[in-house]
Amino acid sequence: MAQLTCQNLSLGYDGKVILQDLSFSIDEGSYLCVVGENGSGKTTLMKTILGLQPPICGKILTDGGLGRNEIGYLPQQTEVQKDFPASVKEIVLSGCQGRCGLRPFYNKQEKRLAVQSMEKMGISDLDKRCYRELSGGQQQRVLLARALCATRKMMLLDEPCSGLDPKVSAELYRMIEELNRKDDITIIMISHDIAAAVQYASHILHIGETVFFGTTKEYLRSETGRGFMDAERGDNA
Amino acid sequence: MTEVFEKIMLYLQYPFVRYALIVGVLIALCSSLLGVTLVLKRFSYIGDGLSHVAFGAMAIAAVLNLTNDMPLILVITISCAVLLLRTGQNTKIKGDAAIAMLSVGALAIGYLLMNLFSTSSNLTGDVCSTLFGSTSILTLTQTEVWLCALLSCIVVAVFVLFYNKIFAVTFDESFAVASGTNAAAYNLLIAVITAIIIVLAMNLVGSLLISALVIFPALSSMRVFRSFRSVTLCSVMLSVFCALVGILISILAGTPVGSTIVAADIAAFGAFFGIGIIRKGVGT
Repeated sequence: MAQLTCQNLSLGYDGKVILQDLSFSIDEGSYLCVVGENGSGKTTLMKTILGLQPPICGKILTDGGLGRNEIGYLPQQTEVQKDFPASVKEIVLSGCQGRCGLRPFYNKQEKRLAVQSMEKMGISDLDKRCYRELSGGQQQRVLLARALCATRKMMLLDEPCSGLDPKVSAELYRMIEELNRKDDITIIMISHDIAAAVQYASHILHIGETVFFGTTKEYLRSETGRGFMDAERGDNA
Repeated sequence: MTEVFEKIMLYLQYPFVRYALIVGVLIALCSSLLGVTLVLKRFSYIGDGLSHVAFGAMAIAAVLNLTNDMPLILVITISCAVLLLRTGQNTKIKGDAAIAMLSVGALAIGYLLMNLFSTSSNLTGDVCSTLFGSTSILTLTQTEVWLCALLSCIVVAVFVLFYNKIFAVTFDESFAVASGTNAAAYNLLIAVITAIIIVLAMNLVGSLLISALVIFPALSSMRVFRSFRSVTLCSVMLSVFCALVGILISILAGTPVGSTIVAADIAAFGAFFGIGIIRKGVGT
């Protein structure tokens, strides 16, 4: 059975439906990119999968030992975080919070996990630095390391590269790809960068007026995919 | 210098001075603990709003002629805190507007009630002392000191036990919820503790100046320190130090206690602001 299945999902908030009857499923180790126009419900979909808001109707099923708290999440930066006085280590460690339950302090194992995650993201030397003084790319790597502390199985990323320059974005995409390939972590990523999406992803979910779900190859051949690619190219030209 | 020292020693022989010092230090400690979280959660003004609610509650207690007004004030303030912090995100009236409404509303109703029903001959004096806490800290009874000590212990214990969770919820609420932390419960906890601290602090600085106790130490240490732990520790130490200095100066110079403490906090903020700028200059 697939690791994550969405069945006839309808999404929205305040009683307004913005996305109807969405069904798809992904297997362990896939790399899914969610694309679509602004306001099509990409972030709402992600929040619903994470359980931050209930679906209007439909079901989300998980399998393959994927527990409720075992999804890592890389949210978009919030206003609060921009001037937050916290060291990199404190933030990465807070990714272990879900493992603690009611236990008030982190144990040795969790501290080791945080150190390993920082090593993996190449930010070990930044551990005592203050988060707000880091560059955009470094901040995203800190948040990735934190998400790594929360999961070994699946990671949801909400536009990880928005606001980063192309070189730093490429570096970040490479790291995410490595997590997918080497650590076999399922990736679900919202992206505006359609070129990068078709380059890295194994599957594409396009939501909006038309809904498409399939492998990247199928997407590139499909009507929806071609139309969207052309529109994006037109924007960039 | 020895003269000043001798004078302080003389005053310390009076129990009411010792009580004032103990309570002052405890309240400064508690308020600064949560200050960091409140400032970062963009709730700096909640201290102000809730203290006015507490003022309104105090007026109601006075009208009802209650001898022990503490429980009533606590209940009303805690419920308002819960309301404010819970509805902070998704309401028609946004967080800051809700706080502003509640704050001025409670202040007006409180004063109105006191005016209509008060039996006291010195109404302006009463109102002034609840607003600015002019003398109440020097007239504490032993029971009040014990109550204050007990509540402070609870606040400190809760903060230490839930330190990591409070950090996670403050830094990134959606991530915390996604990874299985019950953020709503911890927000509720923060609201309740905030309300308790504010009711306690009314004795010390009065309801108008409580915000200062909550935000100044936090903002000062955020200028200089770079991790959550060091910011919290520094703001606690700074707050306790300023409270001690403020109370001692007010005893020696005969100035009002509350405003002297706040003045000390402002001076400390100035100093830390300067240190922050110098450090930045050296760092880059």
